[in-house]
Amino acid sequence: MILTDEQKAILNGESGETMAKIMKTLVMYGEAFGAEKMVPVTSKYNHLVTSFGLKALTPVYTLMEKLIAEGVKSKQKFSADPRPLDKNVPQNFLQKLVFNKFMYTKQDYYEEQLRELGLMDKDAFTCTCYMDEVGNKPNMGDVLSWSESSAVVYANSVLGARCNRNSGLLDLMGSIVGYVPYFGLLTDEGRRASWIVKVNTTKMPPAQLLGSAIGMKVMEDVPYVIGLDKWLGNELNDSATTYLKDFGAATASNGAVGLYHIDALTPEAKLYGKELVLPGAKEYVIDDAELERVKASYPVIWKNPDAKPKLCLVGCPHMSLRQLQDWTVNIEKSLSEAGNKKVLIPTVFTAAPAVLEKFNKTEYAERLKKIGVITSYICPLMYMNNPLCAKMPVITSSNKLRTYTTAKYYNEDELLKIITKGDK
Amino acid sequence: MREFKGRAITPGTKTAKAVVSHGGFNTLASFQKALQFGDERAKCSDQNNPDLYGKELAGAALCLPQTIGSTTGGLVLYCACAMKRQPACMLFSKPIDSLAAAGAILADVWIDDISMPVVDSLGDEFLEYVKDGMTVTIKEDGVVVVEE
Repeated sequence: MILTDEQKAILNGESGETMAKIMKTLVMYGEAFGAEKMVPVTSKYNHLVTSFGLKALTPVYTLMEKLIAEGVKSKQKFSADPRPLDKNVPQNFLQKLVFNKFMYTKQDYYEEQLRELGLMDKDAFTCTCYMDEVGNKPNMGDVLSWSESSAVVYANSVLGARCNRNSGLLDLMGSIVGYVPYFGLLTDEGRRASWIVKVNTTKMPPAQLLGSAIGMKVMEDVPYVIGLDKWLGNELNDSATTYLKDFGAATASNGAVGLYHIDALTPEAKLYGKELVLPGAKEYVIDDAELERVKASYPVIWKNPDAKPKLCLVGCPHMSLRQLQDWTVNIEKSLSEAGNKKVLIPTVFTAAPAVLEKFNKTEYAERLKKIGVITSYICPLMYMNNPLCAKMPVITSSNKLRTYTTAKYYNEDELLKIITKGDK
Repeated sequence: MREFKGRAITPGTKTAKAVVSHGGFNTLASFQKALQFGDERAKCSDQNNPDLYGKELAGAALCLPQTIGSTTGGLVLYCACAMKRQPACMLFSKPIDSLAAAGAILADVWIDDISMPVVDSLGDEFLEYVKDGMTVTIKEDGVVVVEE
């Protein structure tokens, strides 16, 4: 890799041993992927994937302590993924004990470390940092050092920023030195599509199911999706960006997609059209039958597959303001049809603290509370990722949550019926 | 006995018994229980990986195509190394993915007394040939020898 004089000086220890190690880490990382240079990180803010003080990750906190002790700071302020705990979310006695005394014993300590290193706001904990209410929204062409997979795929695809699927810790290190290795999704060539996906469904496909199908098919490749603009239109309005948020998270978690293009909708597809597609690109056609096949292939790993759900989690990735409002209206309508007053299964909607703050100022907040839905800022994945919650029959409309935990997936319309009417 | 040539990501020499994952290796799901609940042998806790579920990862020659899953994967691998519950070596049939590369490099640079050689691009034939329990030897230059 060819380094500038400044980068070489850091690598040679002129900014101290710790900075040299950080630069060495990034150089080795780049060399593993054939990067020939480092490029400046240009976004205003960074975003970190690690937001939880999990005892299992003690070595991470030790490393962070070392960085703080050496006076190292992130060049950018940053947001971080959601907090793992919230007393408003249902927990039984045993869960409370395990969460607070065994699993997340490092939470306060870690949050203090984040504040020292440059957390942008005391409540900047969400996986949807790019929401207007949160304010960490990169511009087209910005180079990022992010890592949260659902945020990376959104920033690349919907905002036109440039970021690789980095790991936790590498995200922070890129921001500390201010450079990231130039390879993969940072390059023009790496952003071209090696798959054409044709959406031929008879109605708008559920975002999380379509994303899952595409992710599982293309894995880490870049897909160019044709036919979705028929359902989403040609403008990135609230409705389209909310759809793409959930779609992208599913492509990234069910596969390893870091960038997708939607014909006639996402910024690079609008600029370059099918020029983005590489010669010899493979083709994947998605119709109603294919979506059904994908959905039927999900394993149900509940001990009793027919168990009555004990909890419903919606909001992985975190919900938008529009989603919170739409769900409120839909639940009210469905409850009214069934002659019910409140949801039949404990239900938690999760969103960024800043989104919840805005939502709570609207008339919808009281209405949602009245029909029994709890709102929270937690990470549903972190909540579920332990043996106690893993045994619970939890339902969700999140394909990311389904992939990483024992939660059972339903499309949103199915989920709505289950929580309001007791069946699909 | 067969010999395969790959690329050394973090070079080193090591001999260990193979454990083989034919599907993507989910680092977070596989190591989470071991790191959380003090299992020094690091039995794989990923219920979605039928090849490895319940098998000991610590000290094994982990043979895999690539890693998958959460972008915490790299730091989870780093933690496994720092807590001495890491595989003896990691052998990828495909080019290494960004998360595994990050974990291996973080461990190599930031942990003083660690040795977990990582070799990638060994080819699909490697993963078809190697079986659980076979003896795998890595040499410095990315050559991997597999013996029954």
